[in-house]
Amino acid sequence: MAGGRVPGAGSGPRREVRVTTARVFWALLMRDLTVLRREVVFFLLRTAMQPLMFTVVFGFLLPRMGFVQRGYTAALLPGVLAVSLALAAVQSVALPMVAEFGWTKEIEDRLLAPVDNRLVALEKVLVGAVQGVIAALFVLPLARLIMGPIEGLSLAHIGIVVAVTAFGATAFSVLGLFLGTVIEGPQIGLLFGLIIAPMIMFGCAYYPWRGLDAVPLMQYCVLINPLTYIAEGLRAVLVPGKPHMPLGMVLAGLVVITLVFWVLGLRTFMRRAVG
Amino acid sequence: MDAAIETRALRKVYPAPRKRRGNRGVPSFSPGMPAMAEATGMTTADGGIIALDALDLAIPAGEFFGLLGPNGAGKTTTIGVLTTRVLPTSGQAFVHGHDVLRHAVVVRRRIGVVPQRPNPDRGLTVLENLTFHAAYFGFSRKDSVRRAGEILGQLGLGDRGGDKVDHLSGGQQQRLMIARALIHEPQVIFLDEPTVGLDPQARHALWDILRGLHAEGRTIVMTTHYMEEADRLCDRIAIVDRGRLLACDAPVELKKRAPGGTMIEIVLDGDAAPALDAARALPGILKAEAEGRILRAYHPRGGESVAALIGAVQGAGRQVTDIHLAAPSLETLFVSLTGRKLD
Repeated sequence: MAGGRVPGAGSGPRREVRVTTARVFWALLMRDLTVLRREVVFFLLRTAMQPLMFTVVFGFLLPRMGFVQRGYTAALLPGVLAVSLALAAVQSVALPMVAEFGWTKEIEDRLLAPVDNRLVALEKVLVGAVQGVIAALFVLPLARLIMGPIEGLSLAHIGIVVAVTAFGATAFSVLGLFLGTVIEGPQIGLLFGLIIAPMIMFGCAYYPWRGLDAVPLMQYCVLINPLTYIAEGLRAVLVPGKPHMPLGMVLAGLVVITLVFWVLGLRTFMRRAVG
Repeated sequence: MDAAIETRALRKVYPAPRKRRGNRGVPSFSPGMPAMAEATGMTTADGGIIALDALDLAIPAGEFFGLLGPNGAGKTTTIGVLTTRVLPTSGQAFVHGHDVLRHAVVVRRRIGVVPQRPNPDRGLTVLENLTFHAAYFGFSRKDSVRRAGEILGQLGLGDRGGDKVDHLSGGQQQRLMIARALIHEPQVIFLDEPTVGLDPQARHALWDILRGLHAEGRTIVMTTHYMEEADRLCDRIAIVDRGRLLACDAPVELKKRAPGGTMIEIVLDGDAAPALDAARALPGILKAEAEGRILRAYHPRGGESVAALIGAVQGAGRQVTDIHLAAPSLETLFVSLTGRKLD
């Protein structure tokens, strides 16, 4: 073992280290991206399987069976992308955070980094958003391939598509921060059963918001669901010719959701970080 | 005196657990909190759990300082406050003159922390655990890889750098935590019960490491509930119980303060109070006290008094269920200060 020698290379306590906040933030980011790179296959399987299976059933099988109109895929594709990015962003922030605050306590070495703990939370949100965007960009070509030609699909403004995707992923990443710090370990099952599953079914992912004109009460109720805005936002930029929520309303919704859950999430994060 | 650490009237009260909504209001991650909840039962009027109660400490730079006390004494909470992880309810704490509340970031630059239970970053390899931690403190990749290699070698983990941390044994993970606490060359190292769960061999090896760190001039603050560990390693020991500082001195000085004579502790089959007077009346008994079913007496030559004490107990209508003898030591001092044993 130590063999008589002592750790620290005989240097003893050294001068105080000076480090900028930006550099600490960068190191935290690199840590998460290193872990992401190592687990990317598992990450994509985890987040893309469910949306892709939905795509096979609703975007491939049912249209060919004649149960749904062929034009349905134009409404479905943006919804599938929204679900992909929402699942990826929420899970990639919330799941590790529940574990790290709950039983592994792994996050402690980052909470001891010489930086305001709020930046640790911000970094988690940023990485969650990156994962949301990666998931959406991964699912887009696959879903398009499975569905076949999609009426009215336009990738002419890919920059705006990526921007809306990034914004939506940030909103869900911030939601993940809140859920990951408010949920205690044993309640983790509730995340899927009580939050994610209803969010996906009632988030205008598999039907357009305008379609709910037929059920006005529902049309108002889904406005509290963050997924509604990102699904409708992607419809607005990917299939602009089809019915969708006005882009201004989408952006307003995402801004409100992001701000509300950032404030709530940061509060619970700090409460967990410092007792 | 160049104080590496100072606390002034440090007090920490954890909020009362909410009954209806479980303990959501209480941060389960707070160091010290889980132990406190089950420990002393010291509460405020509104049910808050008092973990620290007006704790004053002053630890000079370069000292090996031990916080000795039973579970729930407030040791982990003290470490939590000093490492910027727990907000004190009132009072102040300083590390090298920097307020842990107002200058938490400056304090973090100067401290290394070895937690009670190893919490390595399981997404990273052994080496990466160190290099990323060093990166959080501004070390270049080249510097951190070199230093990590050296430290891992010195801690007997030189060939494990590329391994996943899950493949390390408990003792190896604990050494990795020490390596992580050292990688950014802190001035003060906090170790919270570092030898709990280690086998005797690993424990002694860890002691050697800690002595080496101390010899380098680092300030070391270690909590423990092992008397022998505190006695062997520490320059000074603070005995804490129920959030209060009961005594603070060098081990040799503390031992001088232990009550004279051998402690004879007799566990009875009922309340010990009726036997107390008879015990006190026995020749040579320096001191005797009753606490629940325990009768505790001190005698210059402990063995000689055992038969007489048993006789006194039986005369009071009690039967003996257990007997324990202890020479004057930190342990007997601790018992005389707190009225209870450490383990």
